[in-house]
Amino acid sequence: MDELYRDQILEHYKRPHNFGVVEDADLEYEDTNPFCGDEQHVTIKLDADDRVTEVAFEGKGCAISTASTSLLTDELVGKTREELLRLPKEYVLELLGIDISATRMKCAMLGLKIVKSAALGQPAEWEDEGEAGNPAEAATL
Amino acid sequence: MEQATATGTFPIERVRAQFPLLEREVNGVPVAYLDSGASSERVLASIEAVADYERRHHSNVHRGSHTLSAEATAAYEGARDIVARHIGAGDRREVIFVRNATEALNLVARAWGDANVGAGDRIVITEMEHHSNLVPWQQLAERVGAEIDWAPVDERGLLDLDALRGLLERGPKLLAVAHVSNVLGTENPLAAISAMAHEAGAIVVADGAQAAPKLPLDVAALGVDFYAITGHKLYAPTGIGALWGKLDLLRAMPPFLGGGSMIRKVSREGTTYADVPARFEAGTPAIAQAIGMGAALEWLDDELGMEAVRNHERAIADYTLARLAEVPGLTVFGPPRGPERLGPVSFEIDGIHAHDVSEILDRHGVAVRAGHHCAQVLMERLGIAATARASFGVYTTPAEIDRLVDGLEDARRVFGL
Repeated sequence: MDELYRDQILEHYKRPHNFGVVEDADLEYEDTNPFCGDEQHVTIKLDADDRVTEVAFEGKGCAISTASTSLLTDELVGKTREELLRLPKEYVLELLGIDISATRMKCAMLGLKIVKSAALGQPAEWEDEGEAGNPAEAATL
Repeated sequence: MEQATATGTFPIERVRAQFPLLEREVNGVPVAYLDSGASSERVLASIEAVADYERRHHSNVHRGSHTLSAEATAAYEGARDIVARHIGAGDRREVIFVRNATEALNLVARAWGDANVGAGDRIVITEMEHHSNLVPWQQLAERVGAEIDWAPVDERGLLDLDALRGLLERGPKLLAVAHVSNVLGTENPLAAISAMAHEAGAIVVADGAQAAPKLPLDVAALGVDFYAITGHKLYAPTGIGALWGKLDLLRAMPPFLGGGSMIRKVSREGTTYADVPARFEAGTPAIAQAIGMGAALEWLDDELGMEAVRNHERAIADYTLARLAEVPGLTVFGPPRGPERLGPVSFEIDGIHAHDVSEILDRHGVAVRAGHHCAQVLMERLGIAATARASFGVYTTPAEIDRLVDGLEDARRVFGL
């Protein structure tokens, strides 16, 4: 079996979950991967306690960026806005469950970067795909 | 051994022997380097010329009267002569060494543009421009309050010359146009376009980054006013390129950067500037890289000849278009096979994103570029976010194109298509 393009990744690429737009979203952000022009738009609805009740994304991208945002958005309902901001990149890497090379890291992290920017209401700081977030929290958030 | 298949009698084996990198393996197989449009591999003559300068002649140019500085100056200015000959410049002073084509175009935008383009003036940019011949003009327009008109690309991937004529009737100050598109592989009819622009009173700033490695050049016959080339797509080092400009235009332009070498006399009251090209070469230049560029161009001109290079490029582009037509679900962007069709060849495959295409090709040792190719206006025109792009060099063989096609078949298999 292909390590990178395993069935789960291709399945999420071909039929991404949570694909679309949330009506009357409380949070929204759109960004591109400047190296390839891929773009994603994330919309999020929150309840009174600032917890995610609905999330959706749309856009164009490769198998890795599409699958990672599909997988990520599957996990966001119930999290608080503050928890979104604390998500480390390892959180996404564990969802993907595959080795991501340096050249594809920007693809894998596009969705997380946009979710964080949406939660922040402005572009999230993002150094080297590393960005804020404690790797140790990947399993608990 | 000469290769008599798709590329006529081009001495392909002799050419390939001059590129050490081609011995490299990627993922266990010899690399099929189809990314020369991004940066070509380095020819041995150029590598050795740089090493010789660094080992035996290194010193500054135009400074000391000692032997080493005289040798370095002779080699650097000799490189300028070679560039001038390569592009058909009538006067060596018309060749200004810069870092790359981007810097060449920025130099024109700053030095000529700021002095000649004002509020309400118009600038025409084609939709197929690389960002290097687009962003500097947007910046100029923002600085001075000028207006930009976009010359459209038609369905075949050719410039719409009737529409361009209409835009030129509005009396723009300048036209920014690529000689060869870095996405579509279109060779624009630059001489005819220049004549149209001049009739309308516009100067022509041509981006020759993709054309210079593929075509015999004669800037006088092309009729352009400025022409930008870059070394690293010409089998030469990174960090070196050249701007060619008409002597009278260059002489009328104020300096772009101030500093050493570009002055005639400096006093507390002010500075007078050197004549061209020194006026535009402030500071110690990229001496080794210029020497490397000269050696690469000399190799191209003397060992191969640009007519033969053009024929090889056309043959490979033609063969690639024919082979890609066999791949199900594959769409090529750019003109069909024909005289104005060179590389690169950009394409997409239904159901597989360009990044994934290039990732899988890399497993087969086939290097292509995926992305927007710094041409986002064109991507928007084509209605796509990214393409995969195969681009060629003098060392490209039909067998490497066959490996590209085999790799694409594998990509379709991986994606279950």
